[in-house]
Amino acid sequence: MATTDIHLHQDVHHDDHDHEHEHHEGNFWTTYIFSQDHKVIAKQFLITGIFWALLGGTLSVIFRLQLGFPDMNLDWLKPVLGGWITPEGKLDPEFYLALVTMHGTIMVFFVLTAGLSGTFSNFLIPLQVGARDMASGFLNMLSYWFFFGSSVVMFVSFFIETGPAGGGWTVYPPLSALPQAIKGSGLGMTLWLVAMALFIVSSLLGGINYITTVINLRTRGMSFTRMPLTIWAFFFTAIIGVLSFPVLFAAALLLIFDRSFGTSFYLSDIFIGGEALPRDGGSPILFQHLFWFLGHPEVYIVLLPALGISSEIIATNSRKPIFGYKAMIGSMLFIAILSFIVWAHHMFVTGMNPFLGSIFMLLTLIIAVPSAVKIFNYVTTLWQGNIRFTPGMLFSIGLVSFFLTGGITGIFLGNSAIDIQLHDTYFVVAHFHLVMGSASFFGMLAGIYHWFPKMFGRMMDDRLGYIHFWLTFVGVYMVFFPMHYIGIAGFPRRYYTWSNFEAFGGFTDLNMLVSLAAILTLGSQFIFLFNFFYSIFRGRLAPPNPWNATTLEWTTPRHPGHGNWPGEIPSVYRWPYDYSKPGAKEDYIPQTIPYSETPESNLPHENELIKLETSNGEGAIIVEGKKH
Amino acid sequence: MMSLIVFLSVVLVLGILYMIFRVSSLVGVAKAKEGKPDSANTVNAALFVVFMILSLVGFFWYSFTHFKSYTLPVASEHGVRTDGLFWTTMWVTVVAFVIISIVMFVFLYQYRYQPGRKAKFYPDNHYLELTWTIIPAIVLAVLIFTGLKAWTDITGKAADDAEVIEIVAQQFAWTARYPGVKDQTLGKVNYKLIDNFGNEFGLDLTDKNSFDDFKSLELHLPKGKEILLKIRAKDVLHSVFLPHFRVKMDAVPGMPTQFKFTVTKTTEEMRKETGNPNFNYELACTEICGRGHFSMRMPVIVEEEAAYNSWKAAQETWLKQNPNYLKKVPDALKEAAEIKAGIQKDPGAGVAAVTE
Repeated sequence: MATTDIHLHQDVHHDDHDHEHEHHEGNFWTTYIFSQDHKVIAKQFLITGIFWALLGGTLSVIFRLQLGFPDMNLDWLKPVLGGWITPEGKLDPEFYLALVTMHGTIMVFFVLTAGLSGTFSNFLIPLQVGARDMASGFLNMLSYWFFFGSSVVMFVSFFIETGPAGGGWTVYPPLSALPQAIKGSGLGMTLWLVAMALFIVSSLLGGINYITTVINLRTRGMSFTRMPLTIWAFFFTAIIGVLSFPVLFAAALLLIFDRSFGTSFYLSDIFIGGEALPRDGGSPILFQHLFWFLGHPEVYIVLLPALGISSEIIATNSRKPIFGYKAMIGSMLFIAILSFIVWAHHMFVTGMNPFLGSIFMLLTLIIAVPSAVKIFNYVTTLWQGNIRFTPGMLFSIGLVSFFLTGGITGIFLGNSAIDIQLHDTYFVVAHFHLVMGSASFFGMLAGIYHWFPKMFGRMMDDRLGYIHFWLTFVGVYMVFFPMHYIGIAGFPRRYYTWSNFEAFGGFTDLNMLVSLAAILTLGSQFIFLFNFFYSIFRGRLAPPNPWNATTLEWTTPRHPGHGNWPGEIPSVYRWPYDYSKPGAKEDYIPQTIPYSETPESNLPHENELIKLETSNGEGAIIVEGKKH
Repeated sequence: MMSLIVFLSVVLVLGILYMIFRVSSLVGVAKAKEGKPDSANTVNAALFVVFMILSLVGFFWYSFTHFKSYTLPVASEHGVRTDGLFWTTMWVTVVAFVIISIVMFVFLYQYRYQPGRKAKFYPDNHYLELTWTIIPAIVLAVLIFTGLKAWTDITGKAADDAEVIEIVAQQFAWTARYPGVKDQTLGKVNYKLIDNFGNEFGLDLTDKNSFDDFKSLELHLPKGKEILLKIRAKDVLHSVFLPHFRVKMDAVPGMPTQFKFTVTKTTEEMRKETGNPNFNYELACTEICGRGHFSMRMPVIVEEEAAYNSWKAAQETWLKQNPNYLKKVPDALKEAAEIKAGIQKDPGAGVAAVTE
């Protein structure tokens, strides 16, 4: 197999490096800025993601001020927002829409796609499959720098006169195509589209790399059925991304044509600004189909890595194998496939043919089954465990809780008859913020707490982690749970104020509570920020395997250098979940321990594998060869 | 001066917090037992149970005591049905939600770390997996098929005698167009005929059905008769939302949409039911459409069919309100247009009156 050749080649190459005491390590620029090392690139994604998360969160608190305290005088924001605060001290309604739009865009793409996948796929794939680095370090570097470019363009759009894009993060035309319809559809929208185009390039470069690395660079013995669930999750995520992002690119490209070159892919029969436009024959629904063909898989691009991370952390800290390893992989595979054929459930009441609505309703509710299986498997993993509540574990449990609470409301929304009333109300806002936003965000935080010792060689402070968790966990529920009631009462999304309507007159108290909780939640993230940056420099030194985990990354030195392992890459002999195996001395057996060394705990079929181990690891490859 | 004091005290508080953190972490290092969970582990485990109890109690308490404040009264035939589906789904899912939540949070406490205990090695169980694949699948199938049936009926073909009303969306207002009492048919429209001088519908005056169409800024609806709402948009996407009728459908430029429904309560009846003498039905926009999205409100008035019909008969036609547009009517149809629009008395009606 090609795998072995590459490994031999790389082993030799990197061994040379090590003998020369890493003299080839570059200067500051090649080590920290234009680095091709997956660990540095992961940290670059992480820091950029944290920056965006902070900005995205701040934007949400600003518009929550408007919704929770509609009479508040916001003049004190003038130094920052300038003309976006009206002379009466109110938020400009158009800027409100821009805030909502940018909050969505930033959180979905820049934080939970780039910040989450970019960080953990980059960091963990080579470390957990046993590779020196990504398949192409150069493409990996490009991936980050395209993301950086995209970030710069998106950030710049905050500072232009007409403001950033304001047509909602879904940028439905004609609103997003016609500058005369809303200010944000001027230069702001152009920058949005440019930024997204760069973002997609970045995402594709990253995704191709992840897939290639997982397929080709696994170490000896790391068969597909011995991969940690994190790697499976990143692998599926990357495949979904590679298949769906190009469609968004196509949608964006056609929108660029409609905006700048006079075509009418999405435009027809429009009278605006006192004149009838000559555009004819396009369909706004076409854009929605293209957008959601990415948009729905995007939900799983955001969620699957978080689920992978939490599977790993929950198993490690329950000191138990994840329950139903193969069922977990199966359900992720099933979710990944189904995610491509449920997109139109976002469009039940757009005027799409109702028959299509029926089909998509069927497919949508089917996807609830593998999701339910995942939750049951998490709960069973906890059963009869010996649970350690590390901050990573707390956030993983938080993820499962959000996934449950938010997932259940999906059963309402996936039902097209019920969706008629709930569509585009706060019920939807509550649903996706819990199931996709908060769950994935908690997955990201769980991952940071859990792998921080490997990233920076130091421990984060546990107690600050606990405080951070409880404030955030309670805060998030206080923000999003009341929104269900507001949504059942019919309050529409993206409303600057509801005071024009008698039907939406109530709930000033709940809206105030939500806003206060949002402020509390954002505020408690500063505990995390302090903990994070403080611990990078002053945290307790991390032991080599602080969580007593089985996976390969914990066999590297405290500060893995370029190439990850100083000597030969370790071979893998077993699956990653040998926790609390009956008969074993410790409550975990790392993947690198051969069965021949653990006769006391081997299961009968594992004893038979010992024969294959004897010929110096060769056997493991034969096993893998059989599978292909 | 005041802001300086505030600034200094903030710095002071942050400094104190930092000192507390430093001291406690140094104490932690001094007492550290490497890799073994300490008392905080039990605290976290217990907090999960406390959290579960408080949040479930809060959830049920609010849901029952405030039921009236977060449920909108329903006033349409299909709305009763979708509300039924909603609450059925609610009961099924809440039961599942409560059971799973309790089991999970109790497990967290019950199986918290205890020194010397070893976790159970329990990697899989095919029967369990099958059980919790099949049970949700069956429950979901039942929910799907009841929903599917309702959806097919709601989106099915409207009755031939349904009351057709057109609703036109634009930034940031709604306008209704009624087909007129004489021909009961909406005239043709073309967006290229829309102008800034009065022809906001883009009425095509070569079509004789357009002569008696009339415009209204309030949406009047009859009770008990099927209504077919024809929806279109002039500029960007909008969405018709009639919360009390459980009606929602996007307005799409270039692609007319529709929604059929039957209202079951007049405005008066609703005023009695809610005990609010000022109650009014409303129409809202639920698709982001620009600066004034939040202000796109249209008053809705529901009357008994007879009252509705007499309201309709009393309305001036659009053509009568905009007589300038008579010149756009082809010469051959001019007289018919004037009669139909009510500008000129119907001579036929006069003859009929005389002969009587």
